Amino acid sequence: MAAKYDVPEMYDPAERPIPALKLGAMADSKPYMASPVHQEKLGFPKELPDDWKDRAIKRMGELLTKYRSLRVYMDACVKCGACTDKCHYFLGSGDPKNMPVARQDLFRSVYRRYFTVTGKLFPKLVGAKDFTKELLDDWFNYFHECSQCRRCSVFCPYGIDTAEISMAARDVMDYVGYGQKYCNEIIGKVHEIGNNLGLPEAALANTLEGLEEDVLDDTGVAVKFPMDVEGAEVLLIPPSADFFAEPHVLGLMGYAKVFHAAGVSWTVSSYASEAANFGVFIGNYEQMRKLALRIREAALRLRVKRIIFGECGHAWRVAYSFLNTLAGPWDFLDQRYPIPQHILEFTYDLIKRKGITLDKSGNEGKVLTFHDSCNVARASRMGDFPGGQFVIPREVIKASVPTFVEMHRDTTCEKTFCCGGGGGLLTDELMDIRIKGARPRMEALKDVADNGGVTHMAAICAICKTQFTKVMPYYGFDREAVVSVHQLVSNAIILGNNK
Amino acid sequence: MSTAFAILFYAATVILIVGLAAKITQFARTPAPLKIPTTPAPLTKQGAALRVAREVALFESLFKANKWLWISAVLFHLGLLLVVVRHLRYFMNPVWLPVELVQPFALYVGLMMVGGLLLLAVRRAFVERIAYITGPSDWLMLLLLIGIGSTGLVMNLWARTNIIGVKAYFLGLMQFQIRHLPSDPLLAVHLGLVVTLMIVFPFSKLLHVPGVFFSPTRNQADDPREHRHLSAWAAKLEAGRD
Ligand code: HEM
Ligand code: SF4
Ligand code: SF4
Repeated sequence: MAAKYDVPEMYDPAERPIPALKLGAMADSKPYMASPVHQEKLGFPKELPDDWKDRAIKRMGELLTKYRSLRVYMDACVKCGACTDKCHYFLGSGDPKNMPVARQDLFRSVYRRYFTVTGKLFPKLVGAKDFTKELLDDWFNYFHECSQCRRCSVFCPYGIDTAEISMAARDVMDYVGYGQKYCNEIIGKVHEIGNNLGLPEAALANTLEGLEEDVLDDTGVAVKFPMDVEGAEVLLIPPSADFFAEPHVLGLMGYAKVFHAAGVSWTVSSYASEAANFGVFIGNYEQMRKLALRIREAALRLRVKRIIFGECGHAWRVAYSFLNTLAGPWDFLDQRYPIPQHILEFTYDLIKRKGITLDKSGNEGKVLTFHDSCNVARASRMGDFPGGQFVIPREVIKASVPTFVEMHRDTTCEKTFCCGGGGGLLTDELMDIRIKGARPRMEALKDVADNGGVTHMAAICAICKTQFTKVMPYYGFDREAVVSVHQLVSNAIILGNNK
Repeated sequence: MSTAFAILFYAATVILIVGLAAKITQFARTPAPLKIPTTPAPLTKQGAALRVAREVALFESLFKANKWLWISAVLFHLGLLLVVVRHLRYFMNPVWLPVELVQPFALYVGLMMVGGLLLLAVRRAFVERIAYITGPSDWLMLLLLIGIGSTGLVMNLWARTNIIGVKAYFLGLMQFQIRHLPSDPLLAVHLGLVVTLMIVFPFSKLLHVPGVFFSPTRNQADDPREHRHLSAWAAKLEAGRD
């Protein structure tokens, strides 16, 4: 199976192995280009026009006046190199252009050339470069080898966040007709159909009905999976992968059982059936806003009181950090609850209040570890205290399983490593970089599997789950070793004796 | 000579101040449309201000990143800070007590600064990754600072210059009088490099100094659910659509 790709070796995570530089190692890795149809649906030029350079520089200028992050980060970097060994794509591939600062420099060199005095006068001296087609191609390749995981920004003395620069670069590329197929096609699907997978209403209804039958068969309890129910208390926004793929769907069953056991009425919406918001990946505020507004509309139409998001990393970033900005104010919802709320906040609260009962024997024989998703760990929060995003998922897991083991501390919480497939990279043509990018996480997992008896790794992100099921076999793990947190809850929860 | 340096110093001061003010204004005027603190982050504005203060005073993130780099960076910056404080005596009469207090440590603070710089230079030259990201301007900046520091140290240790004369010259400049600057080639090099540093400051990576205060990942509070954050341009977008 592993024949096609060159899978990196795994070392002891405590040694923090740093590869030697391999110039151009990933130079050929690039995603498919968006087709004219995909571009047009989002209002971007269909293909690269002759005057692309002028347009690109104009767009860069606009972004520089709109985003303080970009503006400051272009100027502030001192090339100290603190970030150089922090990116999983560099650690996995050794390609120096995957060092965060080098990735930024692809953008910064153009910035210096066209927007700074020194770059105009002494380009060689300050590393300023003309924006050539070759450089644009380098942008396309290497800004699609960044999962916007923000690990680099944790360690940078100025908090320079390469994700911000990748987003800006992708936005500029979209503006010159150089978009990425995977993201742009998917965004188009959400605008048209309401979810990333393009599942129409009828298919969703079918799926949910099937799930009701499955749970009934399994447990003998009639747990409902309601859709488009007006007046429900909670609007649940799961990532659409939760509707059909494993282990995602096992998580959705968990949410449903928790709602059932707690006696809280809920519904999904066929109009806003997607938590994911790929607008953030392409760095485009308007696309992101347009997607977010679907949720607002669904909430208004269904007259719900609360919005709860399912397990998804970047979706939770957009929900927690941006939803109020993009689609607020949410004055029509019940202000006693966080807006929006994470399903784990909801479940954790019930566990604490003894509103649900969990029986660990439902997960007999499993030894769990937890993969912190980058966007949850470094770009959002759960609960009402800093770091709640680390505590709450762990507490829910510990309440559901007999044994829990932490991975190496350089690879968890704020220092967590991306799964390797985030930021719009979860597409087959990028398999090579995805496998390489997974190395640091696989190393840490192997460590606890070998030395701590870990059998399963829980995740709270649709992208992480998909990426791991695909990539783990290359590293010798079982694809089913990755599980949803609410899958564990689902196995442990006691149904039936509720009001 | 005295006049030439006077003109240079005045010009450099203007460039430094105007250049930095322009940059700071630009940073301050550019909106941050989204909440992007690197989490876990403080929940309040005061907390966020404290976080920035820790970055400035302790290089907190750098400490997480790399201990050797942190040590080199602290040696250099703390050395630089103390050197600058020591130099204040050339611009004041009488001399403040804190400035007086660091006077006896000339050698140590100078060595700290130059030593730190040399460590940084070694890292830049010999660590493959750092060499890869280093450009000519990065080397020039290090050399410039090493030049300033080492000429200063040499004057302090072996080739003592007429300090009284230097002080009189700078106190004069501050009252827009051009007095006689002691003619000493080493002093001329030292001051020439300082003028250069002042001029390049607003156009170089030294913009990390204002930058650290304006970084949204560090200076924003983590409160997006509690407070709606809307930039002016986003508000306009919203008004246009709804
Ligand atoms: C608010 C005050 C300042 C803060 C918080 C600060 C912080 C830092 C940090 C964290 C680094 C990265 C580590 C390193 O490479 O040393 C750095 C690098 C550097 N700083 Fe500062 N700095 C400040 C003021 C200054 C000033 C006033 C100067 C010079 C006049 C300066 C010159 C440099 C140089 C040249 C480097 C790069 C060193 C290298 O090439 O490795 N800094 N600064
Ligand atoms: S850590 Fe920050 S300042 Fe240092 S090289 Fe990386 S981006 Fe630049
Ligand atoms: S954001 Fe993540 S993927 Fe992108 S450069 Fe930084 S560490 Fe690498």
